[in-house]
Amino acid sequence: MTLGREEFDRDLGQLEAQVVLLGALVESSVLTSLLALKARDLELATRVIADDDLIDDKRHEIEMSCAETLRREAPVAGDLRRILTILQLAGELERIGDYAEGIAKITHLLSDKPLPKEIVDIPRMGDRAVSMLKHSLEAFLTRDPEKSEATAMGVGPHDQAVDSMYAVIQAELMELMRKDPENVETGTYLMWAAHNVERIADRATNIAERVVFQATGKLVRVGGDDDDAESPR
Amino acid sequence: MSDSGSGLMRNETINQTTSVPTSIHRGGVDPANIMTFDDDVVLETKDLSVFYGGKPAIERVSFQVPRNEVVAIIGPSGAGKSTLIRCYNRMNDLINGVEIKGDILFEGSPLYAPEADPTEIRFRIGMVFQRPNPFPKSIYDNVAFGPRINGIQGDLDQMVEESLRKAALWGEVHDRLNDSALALSGGQQQRLCIARALAVKPEVILMDEPAASLDPISTQAIETLIRELIEDVTIVIVTHNMQQAQRVAKYAAVVMTDESRIGELIEYGPTEQIFGTPRDQRTEAYVTGRIG
Repeated sequence: MTLGREEFDRDLGQLEAQVVLLGALVESSVLTSLLALKARDLELATRVIADDDLIDDKRHEIEMSCAETLRREAPVAGDLRRILTILQLAGELERIGDYAEGIAKITHLLSDKPLPKEIVDIPRMGDRAVSMLKHSLEAFLTRDPEKSEATAMGVGPHDQAVDSMYAVIQAELMELMRKDPENVETGTYLMWAAHNVERIADRATNIAERVVFQATGKLVRVGGDDDDAESPR
Repeated sequence: MSDSGSGLMRNETINQTTSVPTSIHRGGVDPANIMTFDDDVVLETKDLSVFYGGKPAIERVSFQVPRNEVVAIIGPSGAGKSTLIRCYNRMNDLINGVEIKGDILFEGSPLYAPEADPTEIRFRIGMVFQRPNPFPKSIYDNVAFGPRINGIQGDLDQMVEESLRKAALWGEVHDRLNDSALALSGGQQQRLCIARALAVKPEVILMDEPAASLDPISTQAIETLIRELIEDVTIVIVTHNMQQAQRVAKYAAVVMTDESRIGELIEYGPTEQIFGTPRDQRTEAYVTGRIG
């Protein structure tokens, strides 16, 4: 006999919709922060900083809803993995929002100071990280476990590509700073910005790993090994 | 990181079985979904089918119960859980028109061999039922009943005390052992029934929804007791309470039926597998409350 779990399924669907909404807010925040950095648009950067509160609130809301659902339904098996994944994703997305806010703050620090070179590579790396985020969330919404796993696993090579781009940017900025001490301040800020983008990619990879867990029950490593580094923001 | 097998402690084998029929019938049973153990098996159910009046209730059930562990039998109402657990101490013998095919090995010996003595089996494999069923006698006499009729020699007072202590009831009744057992609360009565079963020093205790009629505190006491008892005995428990199965049992067997109304074992494995990443979609549907 089929039982009435419609209400529970509806709750799970609503939680997923909330995660997708949070994902959209975060993606927009990251793109805007990169645009602000590239265009050196302080007004746009200020908007990103202000929007971070919305992101934090949304994460909190999702966590509270998950806690309520866990308390009421005591889910097991696939249902439990789904709620655990939603909880984890809300946390990862909120942190990505923090990195976007960090880039926006760096834009303020840079202000109108002369730069050692035009900002091109960091936004390019950022586009790759945003693409990873999109793929991870797409995998999250894919109902078929095999397809979901395959899409999530596909995020891994992009993470390695972002790590490589970051290494090149780091080396280049180091060289510019070595050549001219005048570049040290702005070079350091740009290094921080690049690091934030690299961390966004790591968080997108974490999301992909959680999605594989939701689909298969297995915890696997999707990306590279260097996702524990912390940075000043 | 390892997958669902991370919690395995014994010499367990997943994906291997020799005793489960390989033919797929009705809903289909994948033998790889029935865990087996290399050694220390107390009860081995082999191709067991039970018929009531010629109609099959459970069909071709095969699985092993390891020593000093708790195994939960779960599944929807009418799937044959109680029928199955009653086979382990030959309670079904008492029902007219019952026919049993296949066998159960208890410590390697067939429970249904012609020379097997059902009374002796019921001492060695005790049973606790859903509703506490103390005899209308004193607390003392309830616990002493088994040793007395079984002619067990020794200090009866000591046996009664030891059994009541093991059943976590001694502290509550030691000063009123001659009071009627019927004056106890439901939870106390159930622990008395466990003490009564323990008094004859069984090797296995079967529990058919032992906490179904109890309040949460009494349920908690029974669950704590179950976890403590496995020092001495092996426990097979039927429960409808999914959280209880996870709290007390190390392994879980899922019995399921379809429109044929014939129960079959569809999955058997570590509890964290059954409630975490079940292999059979019907298990997933059952434990998540989507079929029942």
